[in-house]
Amino acid sequence: MTREQSLKLASIAAIWIALAFAPLWMPIFGGYTALGTRVLVLGLAAMSVNFLLGFTGVLSFGHAAYFGLGAYGAGLALKFIALSTPLALLLGTLLGGVVGSILGAVMVHRRGVYFAMVTIAFGQVFYYIAFQWSSLTGGDDGLRGFSRQPLDFGAFQIDIIHNTTYFYYFVLICFALAIGLMGFILRSPFGRTMVAIRENERRARFLGIPVERHIWIAFTLSCFFMAFAGSLYALLNNFADPRGLHYSLSGDFVIMAVMGGMRNFWGPLLGAIVFVVLQDFLSSITINWMSFIGILIVLVVLFFPRGLLGLLQRSSAT
Amino acid sequence: MNVLEVKNVSKRFGSLVAVRDVSLTVPKGELRAVIGPNGAGKTTFFNLISGFFRPNSGSVRFEGEDVTTLPAQQRVALGMARTFQITEIFPELTVFENVRIGAEVAAGFRLRPWISRAEKNELKQRIDESLTLCGLTDKTDRLAAELAPGHQRAAEIAMALILRPRLLLLDEPTAGMGDQETYDITQLVRRLHRDNNFTIVLIEHDMRVVFHLADRITVLDQGALLAEGTPNEIASNDDVQAAYLGKAA
Repeated sequence: MTREQSLKLASIAAIWIALAFAPLWMPIFGGYTALGTRVLVLGLAAMSVNFLLGFTGVLSFGHAAYFGLGAYGAGLALKFIALSTPLALLLGTLLGGVVGSILGAVMVHRRGVYFAMVTIAFGQVFYYIAFQWSSLTGGDDGLRGFSRQPLDFGAFQIDIIHNTTYFYYFVLICFALAIGLMGFILRSPFGRTMVAIRENERRARFLGIPVERHIWIAFTLSCFFMAFAGSLYALLNNFADPRGLHYSLSGDFVIMAVMGGMRNFWGPLLGAIVFVVLQDFLSSITINWMSFIGILIVLVVLFFPRGLLGLLQRSSAT
Repeated sequence: MNVLEVKNVSKRFGSLVAVRDVSLTVPKGELRAVIGPNGAGKTTFFNLISGFFRPNSGSVRFEGEDVTTLPAQQRVALGMARTFQITEIFPELTVFENVRIGAEVAAGFRLRPWISRAEKNELKQRIDESLTLCGLTDKTDRLAAELAPGHQRAAEIAMALILRPRLLLLDEPTAGMGDQETYDITQLVRRLHRDNNFTIVLIEHDMRVVFHLADRITVLDQGALLAEGTPNEIASNDDVQAAYLGKAA
């Protein structure tokens, strides 16, 4: 094993150890467990955006739509169908993923700015539907009156309602399964065709790759991951609201991905950590917290185009 | 058997007729050069063959099958591979990874979630063969972006070869190369033709290269077919001399 490989393996081990023990060490730095859960959920969402942006080279500015649909799907399932956390996750993920796959089929024939505009437009459609359809979604007040349920294993139950630490570990397991699958896809022959499209679409086409179909598959997969993150978000807050569908949230996910480093698998998680922690810290001091994040993103884009993780990697290489 | 039969194709861009009523037949094993002055429509003609554009009229048949309306990637699947005047590779991947993507797609693995160890070894062997043929064995782990232009071109040809094409389309393979690189690429194309029996159509500016390689030459001028024949016939053709050197010659 080369030095580079062992360094990479050590960093990945360090990430998992830090995540596994987060409820223990976070309070020392003034954090709390629910903040860690929020980082995981938004980190998964940012990684799902980056699955498309960083590895296929396709920028969606409307991915919050599938996040929000996942959240509403999970909330509505708990409220109207059955009191089951796994079922809520499943239905939320399916709702966002299936809608994404249908819309994706229409969108993949556009590129660049046009693609981004179409993703925003479709995203806003769902925002206004959720906003107006008060009888089902609760309108601007959001969807309330549901709550995540204990995990029932027959012989015993795990109370993830009141014990936030248990819920953190539940989300961590969901997170690990999702990004494990994501990593697996990226290392597959299909994942390599995604990178081929990012690197050179014309060459990819003339190697025999049906580019539009592969972008559609990547888009669909990314929507399923996004909706899964959104379902977890609804469970975290026991609440879903139209702002979870809004394009400004899509922008936040893109900011996390770009700030952390979009060519790196783990970059968006770092971006989400910085974003969520800064938001939590600064919003208790000033309502203008977003302007500080704005300054940070400008600095990163100007001086570290490979993101914060790219900066860390460069300083460890020298 | 004819590998490629192009019949009376035309392509218009607005009022400009880039290719006018051109026909071309390439039998198996032939190396055909397409030449012509700048703006003669050579690259547009190539794009019609490879499926980058559809012709406004006329037909393209590949191994007897009508491919006129097929998109590019389906023509590739049938056995046509091409390179571009400006080298098209995956810059941030290594040479090996560049060729591997083609190998996996050609093997029908593009949607596969995983590949077995045996399949992986077989792919590796094929990739190594292709890289050896193109003289890139000592560059496999280099990033494609870091290579010299001649080696990038060789990598692009290796990516085309890994598809096991029955027709290889090379658009100005020596464009922008120095003398040594031009020589190396010319020798590579010659090996592919003579030793490996590839059927090749190439566009080329450099007349030394054309007369060294080609079995037959097609000359285009202002979008139309000017002449076709062996290198000797073309060299002594008055129309061709006039087109290249001006009417005074």
